Amino acid sequence: MTPFDALYAAPAALTAHAPVIVIAAPLVGACAAALSPGARSSWVISVLTTAFSLWMAIALAGEVAREGVIDYALGGFPSPMGIALKVDAIAVTMALLISAMGLMGAIYSGHALLSEVRAEKHTLFQAGYLLCVSGYLGLVLTGDAFNAFVFLEISSIGTYALVAAGERRDRRALPAAFNYLIMGTVGATLYVIGVGFLYGATGTLNMADMGVRLVTLGDNPAVQAGFAFIVAGLGAKAAMFPLHGWLPGAYAGAPTLVSVFLAATATKAAIYLLMRFTFDVFPLDADFGRLFLHGILAPLAAAAAIVCSVQAIFAREVRRMLAFSSIAQVGFILLGFSLATQAGVSAGVFYMVAHALMKAAAFMALGAFAISLKARLLSDFAGIGREAPWSTVAFAVAAASLAGVPLTMGFLGKWSLIEAALQARQAWMVVVFAIGSLLTLVYVGRIVETMFFRAPTPGAPRAKEAPVGVLAPLWVLAGLSVWFGVDATLPASLADAGAAALLGAAP
Amino acid sequence: MSEFLTHFNYIAVVIIMMTGLFIVFSSGNLIKRMIGLALFQSSAALFYISLAKVTGGTAPITLEAASEAGRALAAEQVPGYVAQHGIDGVVYSNPLPHVLILTAIVVGVATLAVGLAIAVRVREAYGTVEADEINAVSRIDAAGLQAEHAP
Repeated sequence: MTPFDALYAAPAALTAHAPVIVIAAPLVGACAAALSPGARSSWVISVLTTAFSLWMAIALAGEVAREGVIDYALGGFPSPMGIALKVDAIAVTMALLISAMGLMGAIYSGHALLSEVRAEKHTLFQAGYLLCVSGYLGLVLTGDAFNAFVFLEISSIGTYALVAAGERRDRRALPAAFNYLIMGTVGATLYVIGVGFLYGATGTLNMADMGVRLVTLGDNPAVQAGFAFIVAGLGAKAAMFPLHGWLPGAYAGAPTLVSVFLAATATKAAIYLLMRFTFDVFPLDADFGRLFLHGILAPLAAAAAIVCSVQAIFAREVRRMLAFSSIAQVGFILLGFSLATQAGVSAGVFYMVAHALMKAAAFMALGAFAISLKARLLSDFAGIGREAPWSTVAFAVAAASLAGVPLTMGFLGKWSLIEAALQARQAWMVVVFAIGSLLTLVYVGRIVETMFFRAPTPGAPRAKEAPVGVLAPLWVLAGLSVWFGVDATLPASLADAGAAALLGAAP
Repeated sequence: MSEFLTHFNYIAVVIIMMTGLFIVFSSGNLIKRMIGLALFQSSAALFYISLAKVTGGTAPITLEAASEAGRALAAEQVPGYVAQHGIDGVVYSNPLPHVLILTAIVVGVATLAVGLAIAVRVREAYGTVEADEINAVSRIDAAGLQAEHAP
């Protein structure tokens, strides 16, 4: 049972409509931010609406812990006829993660945006950011396959514009955003075609209803083709190994806030939807499901974990290193899911949360340096540990979690992944985890070593410590990485309940 | 041959889809790539509309049971159906895929607009919309970064 059992965070009248308020709050906020008079007011709107959304998500978590699954019929049309929001343990875990990251990013944007985006663009930037938050929240809460596409595109269109906004710092952000748009749209269209196949075969769009009807249709070629389309489409969105080409450029070029939020949520939301289809909608015992999980997903994820870690080692720019590292870590998460056991999926969800916290903290720290210093290459960061100790130590904590140093959340995540792999008798996965972790240690170690122990280049510009408004969210995330590494009750119970909900076992 | 005729729409879907995808990934010009993307998306639209077709189905508007025009229309659309099932047995085409694809088309237009807007900004920043030239300039950017920061 989760610690949310006895949690009544909001009045019952609000909680009853919490599923839709979580999504609607940032959506309304986006309109308000676009119309607001100045940068300051749009920032206030951004913080307030994401905070409200997080509050509702927490209230929702209490409700889900007590009720199990909440089926919220939008517009009063009962499911499976109308569009339904289906909130179960895994959906609410994702909603908590995304709204919390949304709030952290919003607070952080107050100072960090100033150096990266022109002041007169701030209102529109915040509007795009809130659209993104809203889209990802809708994506994880919806129970309707086509509705998921609409939310996917709301968030993606926002993201393309946000990535392109990084052109002031680095004009390579523009072609990167364009490539992201091409890959993202091709992926989304493949997903729509897949949903069309499933709709043609089952006559329903409600995911739960689809799952029931697919039990007798598991070996229908139209259904299998639909599944293949969906996997390819969501794989592009999730930066699954051979479809990850858009990610390094987008993360490296985007304004820091966008890298923070994307690294923490974008690929995770797509992975969530992929897993919802794999486990919830498709009958897992079919040969086809096994072929997908063990024959396609696991080898590709393992390849990502190794190949992209090596690419991260050879990357010259620090942001690019972290971006390649993200693809490798997505491989770790997918390896956990591909086991399809309670332990494996739970470890995957746990590591997903861990990675969101540490990668967001790492990007935030880079943004904190960027306020005073135009640093991109690894050598630019030499000796920065003495000039901006607070940000650098926070970066080191996040990096330690990334590398899996004990007493951090990353360590616990990797440990439970290895345990799950051993339990499922997949010894080769343990080898992949070990090699991947060692490679992570190499590039993370290089960055931290340069920051603390290299003497700064004489005559190079000096960095200054970032203001409190930037340090506060950075340290909250870095602190949580350590806190959950010591006492993992909260994320572990959420991950266990989420895995049980995904696999359809009794919670 | 009959296979070809009954599945004509789906064959067209595949041809349009592959043409669009080929343009997206083979062309170096950003504008051409957007055109390919639009073509690719329209194949999904045709696919959904083809799914919705029901043989002998009429427009999904409820026919007034008593109305003479409705009765006549139903008899014309599905010969023998009215006699067999009465006026309520009219066969309608499935309206849902139409509604879905209307949404998808709107999403597609929005994506196209954002994509073209980014292409305009690319042209302002690089002076070209050819991917090869952009990549070359980007490589110079990266090399300049390297030289500028060399110890």
